[in-house]
Amino acid sequence: MSTPMGFGRMHRKEDARFIRGRGSYVDDVNLPGMLYGAILRSPHAHARIVSIDTSAALAHPKVKAVITGETLAGLNLAWMPTLSADTQAVLATDKVRFQGQEVAFVVAEDRYSARDALELIDVEYEALDAVIDARKSLDEGAPIIRDDQEGRADNKIFDWGAGDKDATDAVFAQAEVTVAQDMLYPRVHPAPLETCGAVADFDKVTGKLTVWCPTQAPHAHRTLYALVAGLPEHKIRVISPDIGGGFGGKVGIYPGYVCAIVGSIVTGKPVKWMEDRSENLMSTAFARDYHMRGEVAATRDGRIQAIRVKVLADHGAFNGTAQPTKFPAGFFHVFTGSYDLRAAHCEVTGVYTNKAPGGVAYACSFRITEAVYLVERMIDVLADELGVDAAELRMKNLLRSEQFPYTSPTGWEYDSGDYQKTLQLAMDMAGYDALRREQAEKRERGELMGIGISFFTEAVGAGPRKHMDILGLGMADGAELRVHPTGKAVLRVSCQSQGQGHETTFAQIVGAELGISPDDVEVVHGDTDQTPFGLGTYGSRSTPVSGAATAMVARKVRERARQVAAAMLEASPEDLEWTVDEAGGSWTVAGTGAGKSIQEIALAAHSNLELPEGVEGHLDATCVYNPPNLTYPFGAYICVVDVDPGTGQVKVRRFIAVDDCGVRINPMIVEGQVHGGLADGVGMALMQLMAFDEDGNHLGASFMDYLLPTAMECPSWELGETVTPSPHHPIGAKGVGESATVGSPPAVVNAVLDALRPYGVRHADMPLTPAAVWRAIKGDPIRTDMAIT
Amino acid sequence: MQVPASFEYERAESVPHALELLERYGEDARLVAGGHSLIPMMKLRLAQPDALIDINGLAELSHLGVDGDTLVIGALVRHAALLADEVVGTYFPIFHEAERVIADPVVRNRGTVGGSLCQADPSEDLSAAFAAVRAEAVILGPGGSRTVPIREFHVGPYETVVEPGEILTELRVPIRPGAGSAYEKVERRVGDWPVAAAGAYLRLDGGVIAEAGIGLTAVGAEHFTAPDAEAYLIGKAAEEAVLREAARIAAESCEPQADQRGPVDYKRHLAGELTYRALSRAAERSGS
Ligand SMILES: Cc1cc2nc3c(=O)[nH]c(=O)nc-3n(C[C@H](O)[C@H](O)[C@H](O)COP(=O)(O)OP(=O)(O)OC[C@H]3O[C@@H](n4cnc5c(N)ncnc54)[C@H](O)[C@@H]3O)c2cc1C
Repeated sequence: MSTPMGFGRMHRKEDARFIRGRGSYVDDVNLPGMLYGAILRSPHAHARIVSIDTSAALAHPKVKAVITGETLAGLNLAWMPTLSADTQAVLATDKVRFQGQEVAFVVAEDRYSARDALELIDVEYEALDAVIDARKSLDEGAPIIRDDQEGRADNKIFDWGAGDKDATDAVFAQAEVTVAQDMLYPRVHPAPLETCGAVADFDKVTGKLTVWCPTQAPHAHRTLYALVAGLPEHKIRVISPDIGGGFGGKVGIYPGYVCAIVGSIVTGKPVKWMEDRSENLMSTAFARDYHMRGEVAATRDGRIQAIRVKVLADHGAFNGTAQPTKFPAGFFHVFTGSYDLRAAHCEVTGVYTNKAPGGVAYACSFRITEAVYLVERMIDVLADELGVDAAELRMKNLLRSEQFPYTSPTGWEYDSGDYQKTLQLAMDMAGYDALRREQAEKRERGELMGIGISFFTEAVGAGPRKHMDILGLGMADGAELRVHPTGKAVLRVSCQSQGQGHETTFAQIVGAELGISPDDVEVVHGDTDQTPFGLGTYGSRSTPVSGAATAMVARKVRERARQVAAAMLEASPEDLEWTVDEAGGSWTVAGTGAGKSIQEIALAAHSNLELPEGVEGHLDATCVYNPPNLTYPFGAYICVVDVDPGTGQVKVRRFIAVDDCGVRINPMIVEGQVHGGLADGVGMALMQLMAFDEDGNHLGASFMDYLLPTAMECPSWELGETVTPSPHHPIGAKGVGESATVGSPPAVVNAVLDALRPYGVRHADMPLTPAAVWRAIKGDPIRTDMAIT
Repeated sequence: MQVPASFEYERAESVPHALELLERYGEDARLVAGGHSLIPMMKLRLAQPDALIDINGLAELSHLGVDGDTLVIGALVRHAALLADEVVGTYFPIFHEAERVIADPVVRNRGTVGGSLCQADPSEDLSAAFAAVRAEAVILGPGGSRTVPIREFHVGPYETVVEPGEILTELRVPIRPGAGSAYEKVERRVGDWPVAAAGAYLRLDGGVIAEAGIGLTAVGAEHFTAPDAEAYLIGKAAEEAVLREAARIAAESCEPQADQRGPVDYKRHLAGELTYRALSRAAERSGS
């Protein structure tokens, strides 16, 4: 694969180090004299701490320090703010509120001693009744989880709504047909293969704190450390090295990071802390856990008129969801889907339970995953009620291309779309009519085959800073571009790749804008001392925000180059035109052959060339991009499954995914993102689950219990594309990092339920394990979020 | 990272040396074969042996072949070796079908037949397969060797008749011409332990069933088998109604427990469904 000048397929620059095993992750950071930390965690979901005796652990010959909530309270660090402006215990002082909560931190000479010493800490607990079932969290007399908050009398966090209730109710009152369905989007976990961890190194002499940590938002971490711990921000350096998967689970600050920092300050030595798999699954940010009820009003001939939704959102013991401040339910507003509706309304109630905190992690685009699942399930429920084909019903109700930009009933402006074309392409690729014929024949023979469709629209690229901030930090991102005298460039960005391939695609953006090879552009990210401020990578925001900043900063450089070229060519800048051919980019005098390549201009910009008044030397530029709107990628997915009625096993036979993410910078990387997301979706739909028993014991705390899909469960993905550029993004691109994770679960679930139609089964909750499918056939569905008894 | 508690490590040079080491370290020593069951338990600190005695170098325990009318499988034979062996596949398709769905290639490359049986996990696939074919286990101790029918080998979950100072050395399986066998398993995902699994072994004689073996795992079947269902089959033609009835009897005899793999009714249903499927395929394979 040769390197294109701009956009196109090129191998990832990152691959050279990753396929040679030369990536460098936080656990690869080893400093002289480094100590190791380990966390003692609560075995209880809800208990009062009576006493903690650390004397035996401290007596261990290799233990250097034992830190408890009491130690931290002395430093005013026992609690920290969450990303949703709640508070979270760093180390518990009064009570433990979920199984796996952090109670004490041991610092020792090696990992083994640190772990051994945990067993020497004696904690006396007084067990309390736990709130595990979110549906009982608001019951009269339910135990109060957050009694640390003054005046708290219940477990409610918020009530929030969007849309027009009266208008929606009015449509429902008049509707010819209405359907309603309860459904759960169960608690799942991003389960990155690299767990969380940190190396903290506080230098007493310089007062500088360096933290290596796999964070998706290094700048936000630095600012929060400064604000919370009172450390001067210019003395904090956060380095996010190569990350072994983030998926949203590495946005926030975990207690272990704070403990490692305090450990380093207390001992004067660097301290490494790496959590293990079970700790990662039990204590770091979960995703979803939305108990939803959807209702749809329609005409008898299949025109969808209104959607109404009620949600009970389980946020765990601390409200730690990562989302813009004004949006407690994220961007759930897009539950109106891709359809032309008259009215819509939703109500979301957030509650505390005795489970781990977190909320939106896991490739969800701020709750869009839940919203898309809801609406796409509801469309199938309506199709079932009306007895019409689910593809036909969607085709009839999708927004038409002339309706864009389109303002949804919840007030969001969809930037661009051509939905029918995308759905039609997916149906053509699938051979939709032939599949339906095959299904009919199979049904005659008692065989179960299902075809499931989902059509999704996402709202990504948060976002306009006027509306969107996290803890007061606006969601605009910076870029800096430096062009060396020989025309090679270094781009510095605030976002941080966890596998998205930014070092390649962002070099391609610069390459396209400056007419240089992407090989000549080095992308620097993940180090707060070396990159401009910005909020990082999650919610599919890197290309919409940092990618735009990259294009804009390159255009600034290009404009500066024009001034220099004008001086070189002794022409007026207005008479120059920018051209790019195989040899690269150059400014040429219009109508003449005279021109200067970008490399020649770069050298001249650093030379003794006399520059006109007001034109500085060098070509370097900086830029902050504040997006005018979100971008709205969309797609049509079709899944074909076979179900064994005797065992309930589901086999995904085919999966067709047509994505429209606007302009594709590197189609190969886009396809990689889609492949990963589709596998994720199969996992969530069929096997991934974190359930709890009544006492709050976590039933999915290892990879033996929390199942990730393998290649064996994934068919050979059939991908297609349409390209509808974003009108407001500098290069017309939309985010794609989460599209497939958002779009695929409803396609798989719809397919399974389509297969089960002969049994009259309209809905069953994820994950559709063999047991869940078999029970659905029996008409006795399993409640998937609680222990199976 | 999960780290085990500290332990001594010894590498056995021979079987007698392994026995000697077991005696020297006493009750809190454990043999380690493939380590795929023991090491995870140590990392989770569910097991904290004082000493590990590594038997991986003992070629005497890795033999696999036919001795007269018996298939002999050394305790240290890896899952992958059992799966790759053509003779095993010819006489006992049940072993190949079971091995194909045990764990994943990484585990199968190291995990051993002996380790699987000695671990005695109530969901162990090979326990069901060996129960179906009525194997015998050969156990060596300081006082010499003894042979135990596999259906008496397991005394409860994670418990076998192998005493602390003893080693399981091999498994012996009688080869009977014309017999057919098969294995059926439902798992939530490839590499997962079974939700339920059933193995069947049938030998027909003159159109009727002369010998029947049923192995069941993960469903609370005593000794991983269903003797009443086996007895019912003897002397009957291997036809659908008969096999269904045997499967129903087998399912009745199980005591499954609910867990995240499934509720009791589902597991019992699977015990029947999979027994039926395995019996049907075993019948197809048995020549008569
Ligand atoms: C990810 C994963 C998935 C798995 N999936 C399945 C599955 O689907 N189905 C299934 O059946 N199994 C499954 N297993 C279990 C796997 O088959 C066993 O871990 C493995 O085969 C046990 O053998 P080992 O040699 O690794 O035993 P070890 O871990 O070395 O030993 C296990 C126990 O047996 C003892 N032992 C070992 N050899 C002897 C001997 N010769 N004499 C006396 N005692 C001995 C040891 O002291 C120890 O107590 C899975 C394991 C993993 C890790």
